[in-house]
Amino acid sequence: MSLSEQEVRHVAMLARLALTDDEVGSLQGDLNSILGHIDTIQQLDLESVPPTAHAIPVVNVTRGDAIVPGLSREVALMNAPEQQDGAFLIPQITGGGDDA
Amino acid sequence: MSHLDLSAHRAADISDGIARKEFTAREVAESALARIEALDGDVHSLNQVTPDIAYAAADRIDALVSAGGELPPMAGVPAAFKDNMNLIGTRTTCSSRILANYESAYDCTAVARLINAGVLPLGKCNMDEFAFGSSGETSATGPAKNPWDLGRIPGGSSAGSAAAVAAGLAMVTLGSDTGGSIRQPGAMTGTVALKPTYGRVSRYGCVAFASSLDQIGPFSLTVEDNARVLEAICGKDSMDATSVDRPAEDFVAASRRGVTGMRIAIVRDMLDMEGVTPEVRDSVLAAAARFESMGATIGEVDLPTSQHGISAYYIIAPAEASSNLARFDGIRYGHRAENPVDTLDLYMRTRAEGFGTEAKRRIMLGTYALSAGYYDAYYGQAQKARTLIAREFTTAFEDYDVLLMPTSPQVAWKFGAKSDPLSMYLSDIFTIPVNLAGNCGINVPCGFAEEDGAKLPIGLQIIGDYFAEAKVFAAAGALERDLALDLRSPALSVPVA
Repeated sequence: MSLSEQEVRHVAMLARLALTDDEVGSLQGDLNSILGHIDTIQQLDLESVPPTAHAIPVVNVTRGDAIVPGLSREVALMNAPEQQDGAFLIPQITGGGDDA
Repeated sequence: MSHLDLSAHRAADISDGIARKEFTAREVAESALARIEALDGDVHSLNQVTPDIAYAAADRIDALVSAGGELPPMAGVPAAFKDNMNLIGTRTTCSSRILANYESAYDCTAVARLINAGVLPLGKCNMDEFAFGSSGETSATGPAKNPWDLGRIPGGSSAGSAAAVAAGLAMVTLGSDTGGSIRQPGAMTGTVALKPTYGRVSRYGCVAFASSLDQIGPFSLTVEDNARVLEAICGKDSMDATSVDRPAEDFVAASRRGVTGMRIAIVRDMLDMEGVTPEVRDSVLAAAARFESMGATIGEVDLPTSQHGISAYYIIAPAEASSNLARFDGIRYGHRAENPVDTLDLYMRTRAEGFGTEAKRRIMLGTYALSAGYYDAYYGQAQKARTLIAREFTTAFEDYDVLLMPTSPQVAWKFGAKSDPLSMYLSDIFTIPVNLAGNCGINVPCGFAEEDGAKLPIGLQIIGDYFAEAKVFAAAGALERDLALDLRSPALSVPVA
């Protein structure tokens, strides 16, 4: 399989990465080279093999339903790029078109 | 004042010396920090040095000595942690611009357990950005250097964790291993480096790369010190549901017990692969002969499916990484792009500005592999291949206690020598299958190669079954005693007055 420039741009949007045109070009070459190698996996007969779900068999890991302290609001916010009134501040995502 | 020569000591010497009042933990901290001050400008193994935390830990030990209390098992041992592990009072940057100012909000369980065992935390170790790399060169703070030759890579991604031990800056360090990131830098720097069985050590507080593969483990100069660290950090943690409820074993005793009667196999088809240098191949075969002379029986196995490990890994690991790294969006922590017009613009530019080239490459590869229409062809196939690789190991362990293969096909290369991403990826061919299967493996130095006048360590990888760390330590310890290599790197040999 081989990625077109358009597909690279589509994947970059899915990944939320604003790439420059130069980056799109070099990533297209890199990804196609890597995918070319990855495709050797098709040599394996995997028809009847179940996929690995977990490396070690562990089932139904549960703990007691006890209340334990979590991060305080102060600690949770200490790395916030912007904050206001004890909450993370983000660009406005609702409201009208008047940029109010 | 003159400083203690820490390079001549092992962890047990430090703890015993403090207990016998030959020196204080504070003197150990001062000596270790003086070495860092003198040498780490060149080696760049640490992103952050933490004298306040080291002295506070030393003072707790010295107070215990004064009070006549019982000392913890690794009292006063100088230690450092890969910079993807949280420790309150330090930044946890993952060597990435996007986390350059991130302050740890809580403690990583493995780090906290090692500190509870008495170590002195000296700092946070340089690494490939988000652990994406095999050379240390993707670090946004600049690469760590190999103490055996500063013009060469120390391996990666736990580049600084390996370099700090090899340069005698820390006696033990923690790294993380997703596809070889502990064992391979161990091979490059002549250090003992263990990837424990998946689930043996909690990953809580370690920034996730590929959650079905990641495991924390120790670096040290000796097998016994490595075993000591594993005893301290292993075991169930309610904060990591993948950690397994298995009690610590006496790994230190295991490291001393020898290989008499052990069944050991050379992985023949991997050893014979193209790209393995003659020096590496010969050293591995010589190590096998030493095991035989020490009373082990030596056989051979092939692991034909494991040769496809790289293909499976470079689907699974980037896929999981692209998912794990979705959290770095500029909202709750980390870098945020200026003057965003809306949230989409904020995400897109924050991530473009914050991530380096290799991180973007992995995110793109993983996002593509998981995108609509491609999931079955890539991720689904890779998870099936993983089952075959695990079965292949399980079959081999029906007949053998441990398996031998090189840790890396070659010794440490020069900076810039692998500029093509695929050639860098292929260098992890011998370590990746163990992560995919989930069992354990250790690097132990087994010889040296000469390249352009530099003496460079060669690493043997000893692979064990699930939770067979005791056998792995037994074999590694026996080889270490038998070979008695001089593992003092040029940087480690530098005395600090």
